[in-house]
Amino acid sequence: MKYQPVVPKTKSRSGTALRVAIIGGIGLVLFGVLFFRLWSLQVVTGERYLAEANDNRTREVRVLAPRGRILDRKGNVLVDNRMSMALQLDPIEIPTRVNARRRIFGSVADFMDRKVVWVRRRFRDEIKHNPPGSPVTLARDVADDLVYYLQEHQADFPEIQVNRVFVRRYPEGFTAAHLLGSVGAVTADDLSETDLPDLQGGDNLGKAGIEQTYDSTLRGTAGTTRVQVDSTGSAKGQLASETPVPGKSLRLTLNPKVQAAGEAALSSIGLPGGFVAMDVNNGEVLGLGSAPSFDPDQFTRPLSQTQVDALYNEDLDAPLFNRAISGAYPVGSIFKPLTAVAALDAGAITPNEVVQDAGKIEIADQVFTNAGEQSHGPVNLQRALEVSSDVYFYLLGAELNGTDKLQQWSSRFGIGRYTGIDLPGESKGLLPTPAWRNELFAEGGTDRGWVIGDNIQLAIGQGDLQADPLQMAVAYAALGNGGDVVKPRMVLQVEDAAGRVLEETAPEVMRQIPIDPARRQVIMDGLNDAAQAPEGTSYGVFGGFPIPVAGKTGTAERPPNGDQAWYAVLAPYPDPEVVVVTTVERGGFGAETAAPIALQILSAYFGKQAKAVSDGSGSIE
Amino acid sequence: MESSRLARGTGRTYSGRVALIDRLGIRHMDGWIAFSALGLLVCSLVTLHQASRGAIPGSPDYYFQRQALYGLVGIVAMFAISKVDYSRFRELRVGIYTFLCASIFAVFAFGFAARGSTNSLELPFFTFQPAELGKLLLVLSLAGFVIDAARRGSEKGRTVRYLALGLAPTGLVLLQDLGTSLVFAAITIAIMVAAGVRWTHLAAIGAALAVFIATVLVLMPMAGAPVLKEYQQERLTSFLAPSSDIGDAGYQQNQAKVAAGSGGATGRGDQATQSRLGFVPERHTDFIFAVVAERYGFVGAALVLSLFALLFWRALRLMTLSKNFYGTLVAAGIAGAIMFQVFVNVGMNLGIMPITGIPLPLMSYGGSALIATFLMIGVLQSIHIESRAGQRGPRVH
Repeated sequence: MKYQPVVPKTKSRSGTALRVAIIGGIGLVLFGVLFFRLWSLQVVTGERYLAEANDNRTREVRVLAPRGRILDRKGNVLVDNRMSMALQLDPIEIPTRVNARRRIFGSVADFMDRKVVWVRRRFRDEIKHNPPGSPVTLARDVADDLVYYLQEHQADFPEIQVNRVFVRRYPEGFTAAHLLGSVGAVTADDLSETDLPDLQGGDNLGKAGIEQTYDSTLRGTAGTTRVQVDSTGSAKGQLASETPVPGKSLRLTLNPKVQAAGEAALSSIGLPGGFVAMDVNNGEVLGLGSAPSFDPDQFTRPLSQTQVDALYNEDLDAPLFNRAISGAYPVGSIFKPLTAVAALDAGAITPNEVVQDAGKIEIADQVFTNAGEQSHGPVNLQRALEVSSDVYFYLLGAELNGTDKLQQWSSRFGIGRYTGIDLPGESKGLLPTPAWRNELFAEGGTDRGWVIGDNIQLAIGQGDLQADPLQMAVAYAALGNGGDVVKPRMVLQVEDAAGRVLEETAPEVMRQIPIDPARRQVIMDGLNDAAQAPEGTSYGVFGGFPIPVAGKTGTAERPPNGDQAWYAVLAPYPDPEVVVVTTVERGGFGAETAAPIALQILSAYFGKQAKAVSDGSGSIE
Repeated sequence: MESSRLARGTGRTYSGRVALIDRLGIRHMDGWIAFSALGLLVCSLVTLHQASRGAIPGSPDYYFQRQALYGLVGIVAMFAISKVDYSRFRELRVGIYTFLCASIFAVFAFGFAARGSTNSLELPFFTFQPAELGKLLLVLSLAGFVIDAARRGSEKGRTVRYLALGLAPTGLVLLQDLGTSLVFAAITIAIMVAAGVRWTHLAAIGAALAVFIATVLVLMPMAGAPVLKEYQQERLTSFLAPSSDIGDAGYQQNQAKVAAGSGGATGRGDQATQSRLGFVPERHTDFIFAVVAERYGFVGAALVLSLFALLFWRALRLMTLSKNFYGTLVAAGIAGAIMFQVFVNVGMNLGIMPITGIPLPLMSYGGSALIATFLMIGVLQSIHIESRAGQRGPRVH
């Protein structure tokens, strides 16, 4: 080298060359790493990341379908929907780490002007039942100013969403509350129990009543919107979407006048009870109700534990309990026509055979008495029904013991069987038979086996017998229409949102029972006398009613409770089209509480008022 | 090299052009270094133009226009500094070093807070980040000090001396910005390697560094006395465990990785949703490489990497060509700085390095860094020009 560097080198040229080679080698390795990584990321696994990137930018938003409406027979809206702004948290956005979670709950609490504890508790309670991933609703019906505020400051509260949700609305208030049922968010249990493929967290599901039975009809199909979102989750554009299919509407068989009259009359008594009005020929339920009632609207909001307790509280007569289809009671004398059919069929008696009713009778060392030991003198079947002679039917019960005829006919009429109504929660009741009682005794469930007294009690609707108003209505309907045991039904037709009929429900007969027309006529005559002959048990109520009816009072002992009042009536006599059964817990004599309700219902049905009658000698039962 | 030979050849024929070329010094410049630097600037401008369009409302080409302006200033600065004999910087080493430390310190006094760390000075029309220029200043001054110490004292003493001189500004920068201080440290190491510091000493430094990192990141937090703030710690370790929590550093890095991966072999062009829809964080600065990778695929990303490799190779070559040892050390420092930044930044984009906030030289948007890098290129050119002048000397005279 001719020209030396300014400063002599400490190392030789070859030393520097080595250093350059080392630095170059390190550089080569580092570039190699980068190239290799780039290659593996893009070329080898590129497809996977491409899928992830595509996934990233689209979000499927479920668009809930509006639920179908529920109308009464005349088209009055009983249930429809309203929009509500629901404040929801997306659980996926809520971190699991305690600190981060506390921070978010804090900001949510600030936003909602609530305490952090409240937010945390609601979140915990909701998420306990929710299916995984479904939004957690903190509040419904959020005020507009809060919604606008959130829309402007969404970036500050990424985990809070305000979503439009459909909420059930009840324009008629308490009307038919027990029938309509309620709608609630799908829970994890719902998803595991029911096998509904298109159901997802965040959807609504019918939880009771018509809403439950016809859930799949009413629910509709949720749609999806695929939106392109940016990294903050804000929508940037809409991609393909599937529009939701609204649920179908239901037109009920319910006659609004009948329903209103029944509910008004029942609630005016102020005691728990139930009523059923049904078309005897096709099973269409014209009215069905239970008291005490409740406001169905309360189920559209989150319920506090106190509110839930109140709905089930026995001391408050359990308002949620539908006594018309679930209240299993002894039915008392309204059972007598069934006993009569059985006895006539068994040949235990003929219509004109006369029995001396001395007010009491001793059978198998046991004395059975009429109510108040009232003596009705000589009675045939028609008279026995008119004055409700217990002694007459005691004898029939005693004679039919051991023949199984009473149980057979009771069962044919539907006692101890489900009616098949399209409402959830129907009770089966209890038809006492020797086999049942003896088996229960063998198992130690009772103090004795079957004795003749059991059949005697059954003959007048007492003892172990349990039935609900709907079962009795079906039984009376069979008597009224000549032997068709109809299946009661609530839905007349399925309609689309515009009211076009999509599907009509067909009447169904569960079974036909061979009631001899001549014998049936005798019984109908007796029931007509009981309602409208001056000495009839309910003459005081129905004596002045312009439409001829066939009705029977019932007063059932139901210790430790007060007597259960019953009334069952077919109208018009002798070829009835409608049956009404009413019952009132602790209502005393059937003629006092139950029969007036039935009268109100029939007045509404026929549009005719009863004239007042001077009370006949109308015997007590 | 071909081009500069060509330039010389044609220069003889067309004397008018020779004058200009000579005046600019283009004739003796390293054509490959200029090519790679300008090529990377073009890549940066194309990417910014297409990818960050509309990032600022009302000014769709904001980043592109500003970066183009900075690039122009940078090119002019490159020419200007290449005309200066770099050896003069050795004489100014004390002044440069003082200015370096003072300017970084000044940030404390006049700086303003930006994203949790203060690293810039607000000047009219421009926010100046002294630490960016500081990289070059450290190279120039430290190389000078190394020459001074070259034959004095024991080898151990020299090693300690270099280390102390390098680490003083490194520590000052660390108070503001972790990434830049790492670059300072890399420059110090590169110059020390080039200076011929014993391998055993370098190994000891490496070991000390490993212990230091383990202490800061693992031991101290475990002992309940974390050195770094939580978000800093998270940024440094998140690449090991990609997160799906939006808002986490790991989530952002994972999104950048997804963006790069989704580009595939040939890129997604305008379908590059990861960068267009904002899933890639800091898409015009720290994560611009992920944007390139998504839009232009392996082809585009490899081109950018190749340009860096070319630049690195030519800078290394200058170490052997340099007319003096000072030039060798300066070239080593600059090559080390560029290599380190490229590796850490691209590694971060591809999910194999932690988030350190180190920009990609010549690519990331940012005036201070771009102009400072062009100044470095200019110094490299000066080394090249001087080396040729040295060889040419006898023939001319």
